[in-house]
Amino acid sequence: MTQQATPELEAAAERAKGWRGFRIALPAYLYLVVFFVVPLLLVLVYSFASRSSTGLTVLADWNLDSYARLFSTEVGRIFLRSLLLALTTTAICLVVCYPFAYFIATRGPTLRNVLLVLVMIPFWSNFLVRTYAWRFILGSDGIVSQISQAFGGEPIRLLFTNTAVLIGMVYGFMPFMVLPLYAAIERLDWNLVDAARDLYASGWEAFRKVTLPLSMPGVVAGSILVFIPSLGAYVTPAILGGARTTLMGDYIVGQFLSARNWPFGSALSIALMALMLIATLIYFRSGARNV
Amino acid sequence: MSEKGRRSPIDRLLAVNAWVIYVFFYAPIALLIVFSFNDNDNVSIWTEPSLRWYRAMLEDDRILGALRNSLIVAFASTIVATIIGTMLAIALERYRFRGHGALDGIAYMPIIIPDVTMGVMLLIFFFQAIGVIEEIFGATFRTGLGTITLAHIAFNISFVAIVVRARLAQFDNSLEEAASDLYASRWATFRRVTLPLIAPGVAGGALLALTLSLDDVVVTQFVSGQGSTTLPVYVFGLVRRGVTPLINAVSTVMLLASMLLVAFSLGLQRSRTRAVEEEDDLSDFVPGSSQGTKTG
Repeated sequence: MTQQATPELEAAAERAKGWRGFRIALPAYLYLVVFFVVPLLLVLVYSFASRSSTGLTVLADWNLDSYARLFSTEVGRIFLRSLLLALTTTAICLVVCYPFAYFIATRGPTLRNVLLVLVMIPFWSNFLVRTYAWRFILGSDGIVSQISQAFGGEPIRLLFTNTAVLIGMVYGFMPFMVLPLYAAIERLDWNLVDAARDLYASGWEAFRKVTLPLSMPGVVAGSILVFIPSLGAYVTPAILGGARTTLMGDYIVGQFLSARNWPFGSALSIALMALMLIATLIYFRSGARNV
Repeated sequence: MSEKGRRSPIDRLLAVNAWVIYVFFYAPIALLIVFSFNDNDNVSIWTEPSLRWYRAMLEDDRILGALRNSLIVAFASTIVATIIGTMLAIALERYRFRGHGALDGIAYMPIIIPDVTMGVMLLIFFFQAIGVIEEIFGATFRTGLGTITLAHIAFNISFVAIVVRARLAQFDNSLEEAASDLYASRWATFRRVTLPLIAPGVAGGALLALTLSLDDVVVTQFVSGQGSTTLPVYVFGLVRRGVTPLINAVSTVMLLASMLLVAFSLGLQRSRTRAVEEEDDLSDFVPGSSQGTKTG
């Protein structure tokens, strides 16, 4: 009744199992190919297309004009501004969140979970509304300005400045930094820190030479998770920024929804994605090294 | 561990930093909620509490219409994404097959890629697809709730898959193997063993998908058509023009709804059924229990 398990039969069973897995994955596979991979390739195709005099995209006369325009001073300025803002956002988040994550990770298990959930709830909830709240606070008759005036100062209007965008981005993306940092610090082997202290390392030395290097995967992961959305941010600058603070995100959107230059917008998107890809590769590289 | 228990100055500083951050997280939200109950026409001058703006919201046909659209899109995309995403999670976590690695990579791309690029991609795609459909079938097909739903499914599949996969990784497939050793059919194994075990993950993933769909502005803006605005896109348009007490009221409702959904979703993701806990205890003694570990 029962057959001997021969290598051939086992291989056949393995094949059948693999085939079954493939069939279960098939709907997702097809969906992602049609609604993700094909659109991605279309953007690539469009970035080489040309434009008619009325602004319609012509899928002929393939050229590199859109890419050449990436090197113009206008794009350069917008790109530099975005890069600077993204880097500043990342740096602020890192400096503020490291001690924060350290604090959460060193609490007792119950308190730790409560503190974490309190970070995650705003993290996943409505981004638009959370950004809008700052528009309400930073406006010329907003709370910040009112407080300043109550103390006899000038009315402050931060809205529509780079500072407002920076505050909004730090606010919006901070949880991306907290969670990986927390994960890295939480699974740290505290015996190593104790050992350093036993060997007469000062608290600072133990932190700098043991804790910090061991939590480096979290630092890298958090920085990239903040950097990527900051670089492509659209909602935050659209709500809190002004006309003089155009960033990559709203510049790309403008090419599609108002300037109607789809090939150029596509080339910008490709450039943005290339940057993300580089950042993500750094992320996986550093992750792999620390497994 | 020696540092714990003692309240060193550094520890106190850490605590202060943490509370400042929590105030930073929640104060803007709290202010928005408080001022949505303000009677004054001027947003930032407090006069007296009233439900005036909530009444105005319930009488605004455009807001209600946009809300209706949002709910249709959210429920439709959540149902489809939950089914496909759960299947994807099971396939990636439990099976090895040709194209496994490629699918694993593609599956998480919609999460990593910025909203703007995802929107651009789908805008061009639907523009081209509509052209092709008209040429082949002669039927006119326009962007609207249909395209928005298709776009939301595209990013929600990935989020559902991540949540369900994390749940699946908590237990290895020895229970499923036991069921099939006892002559349970594959379907019976799935329905009686796998599904009950991953149910909290599936529900958590579905709630997350619902939240993300109800909150999405950027992708939706690119793929919506005339008269198919969702609530966030409509509010986004209003917000760009200025701050009004009415927006405060709508925002408060949107925010509280999404926070509630997120809290539920997190609760489900963190809940550990007794079956999983027992499984965890057993897993050390089950040969081949490392099967659930991820590659790379």
